[in-house]
Amino acid sequence: MSSTEHTAGVSHVHRDDEGARLGMWLFLFTELLLFGGLFLLYSVYRYLNQDAFHLAAKELNTLFGTFNTVILLTSSLTMALAIAAIQRGKKTLSVVLQLATLFMAFGFLVNKYIEWTAKIHHGIYPGSEILLDKSSGEILFFGLYYSMTGLHGLHVIIGMALIGYMTRLTVNGVINKDSFVKLESAGLYWHLVDLIWIFLFPLFYLIT
Amino acid sequence: MSTHTSKVDNSVSYLEYQGKHKGLKAWIFSTDHKRIGLLYLVTMLFFFSIGVTFGFLMRLELLTPGKTIIDPQTYNSFFTLHGIIMIFLFIIPGLPAVFGNFFLPIMIGAKDVSFPRINLLSWWLFLLGGILAIVSVIMPGGAVDTGWTFYVPYSVRTGTNVWPALLAAFILGFSSILTGLNFVTTVHRLRAPGMSWFRLPLFIWSLYSTAWIQVLATPIIGITLLMVFFERVFGFGVFDPALGGDPVLYQHLFWIYSHPAVYIMILPAMGVISEIIPVFSRRTIFGYKFIAFSSIAIAFFGSLVWAHHMFTAGMSSPAMFIFSLLTFIVAIPSAIKVFNWVSTLYKGSIQTDPPLLYALAFIFLFAIGGFTGLIQGALSVNMHIHDTSFIVAHFHYVMFGGTGFGIFAALHYWFPKMFGRKYNLKTAKVGFWTLFVGFNVLYFPMFIMGWLGMPRRYYDYLPEFHIYHSISTYGSWILITGLIIMFTNLYIGYKRGAVTTEENPWGGETLEWQTMTPPPIENFDVIPEVTGDPYGYKQNDENETVKVKEAL
Repeated sequence: MSSTEHTAGVSHVHRDDEGARLGMWLFLFTELLLFGGLFLLYSVYRYLNQDAFHLAAKELNTLFGTFNTVILLTSSLTMALAIAAIQRGKKTLSVVLQLATLFMAFGFLVNKYIEWTAKIHHGIYPGSEILLDKSSGEILFFGLYYSMTGLHGLHVIIGMALIGYMTRLTVNGVINKDSFVKLESAGLYWHLVDLIWIFLFPLFYLIT
Repeated sequence: MSTHTSKVDNSVSYLEYQGKHKGLKAWIFSTDHKRIGLLYLVTMLFFFSIGVTFGFLMRLELLTPGKTIIDPQTYNSFFTLHGIIMIFLFIIPGLPAVFGNFFLPIMIGAKDVSFPRINLLSWWLFLLGGILAIVSVIMPGGAVDTGWTFYVPYSVRTGTNVWPALLAAFILGFSSILTGLNFVTTVHRLRAPGMSWFRLPLFIWSLYSTAWIQVLATPIIGITLLMVFFERVFGFGVFDPALGGDPVLYQHLFWIYSHPAVYIMILPAMGVISEIIPVFSRRTIFGYKFIAFSSIAIAFFGSLVWAHHMFTAGMSSPAMFIFSLLTFIVAIPSAIKVFNWVSTLYKGSIQTDPPLLYALAFIFLFAIGGFTGLIQGALSVNMHIHDTSFIVAHFHYVMFGGTGFGIFAALHYWFPKMFGRKYNLKTAKVGFWTLFVGFNVLYFPMFIMGWLGMPRRYYDYLPEFHIYHSISTYGSWILITGLIIMFTNLYIGYKRGAVTTEENPWGGETLEWQTMTPPPIENFDVIPEVTGDPYGYKQNDENETVKVKEAL
């Protein structure tokens, strides 16, 4: 019997970039499902409380949301460029682009902080009296708003830690022209964070 | 192609191998899949003993109506912790994390899993989650009393330590995901030359299907439990009816994971049985592809039946009808497996060693558990027996009689390979029969009293149920005796059993039997080239039979 049709020979190769990518994609899948549970909750409650959701969304600042969307999308671009740069052996450029990504991610969080603080300042937070006076649909909207953007924010922070670590590895030369699968994986993670925001943005800011 | 490039000393077994760490550190920081498998085994058995203790005390409490040894609140905590520990810390990790870790790479002819360090991380997370679950018992506030299902709104309102238990379940889920992710990648990437998909041992097929469920279903329960956690801390209201939330939605989200999780538990056990049956009947497995694909079918259909846990919770009639129908459909691939196992045994040269006894008990007990599952899948009957001890009996037959016995079968089957020692076969058989009798005496009466109307999770009961409860409690004593005999025998075997370096004590045909006993650190001296089917028994070959008999 021939063995040509099989994955011959990979078993003793210590570096398996293809395997690493497969693992990362699987992990991203689990992340999607993690948020999937929340999106499911959102769709059920939105279906049951359509008017209240429209009303509640008016409280959110669309300008801030748009600004953050632009920031995050651009950071995804710089991340992709950082990978392209290292593939071409341009180490310094890659490091600069990664730092730019980090800077934008930080900017996103600062915006988020300002936004949340303003909300909380206006008394709109889970369990507050102002919120409890509102209709149950609005309470649910803000419950979901805080949990979904909060979980997303947490992912931004994890992504920043990950990219920061990758920057270090790039400076050290561990990530280089021939071995960049780690940076690629971090990039994939960052694009996922971006992608989830692209769904969160219209669901919370644009439904007014 | 198979040149040996690494500098690892591959001539000693993984047990004797000296890495850069010594003593305990050489184990808890080892990225060797075999050592991680044993780490899981030890921690899992520790948690199992705690779970058994809780179960034993619950049964003791139910010996007489009214208070026997503990008060109702303690009883509530006991059944909750019994459930959490047994499900998240014993049955789910039992086969994939222990035997999967140990044997998956060997059986596909690889040196290790794809991500050895993530593998170690998953064990650390498992340990952390387990400790957190245990700590929640001792912490002030009282042990969690919601049942392992954490149903809202009670889980949001009770004053007991729900949050550490939720966090524990979340962390354990993460650990489970990492194991699944590792297995899928390993099976795709690290098969030895010639190991095509249809030459994979059936245990690998079942682990592969399981790994997919672990990856796909676990995140949902992760987020659901996290939401209950947030609900308790911040009061978001998503599951609180007072704030507009819907508790039934929680149940859906919970079972979207937890029903597929049932198949995370049972599929690997089915894989173990598919390994053991051909070896001990000296026959090629009957219907290899059917067994392989039925694992995938179970994984697929098993993901679509979650709402049969909620037939009394309030759903539309069409939804109930569809979920009931799908529940019946899941029985088909399970039945395919049972028929194929029995056909493999037919006209085989059967060797009734302990692993086979456990495997046969699996088929018998799983059949009872499976058929009673169908009874509950029928809508009208479900209304009658919902939340009675009939359900308790059913899932103990499937989970303990199925997966539990599958784990014990695996232990007896792979023990000589893992430790290079032999256990006493006679004592193992005595242990098995005690366990088997105790099991049935313990759980069968629950079917009867459940049918007669005994609700599950109740602390007290009417006098007419007394006879069944006392028989059941006596059964628990027999069962515990069986467990003690079995584990003591294995422990003595591990400590003082005859040392064996025989590569293939049972006459198996899969790759793990073609390497050193116990396996060397990189599993094989030379990565094997696979040229045939995994169960190529030449049962009609006279010489072969004689050779096998002599070997035994």
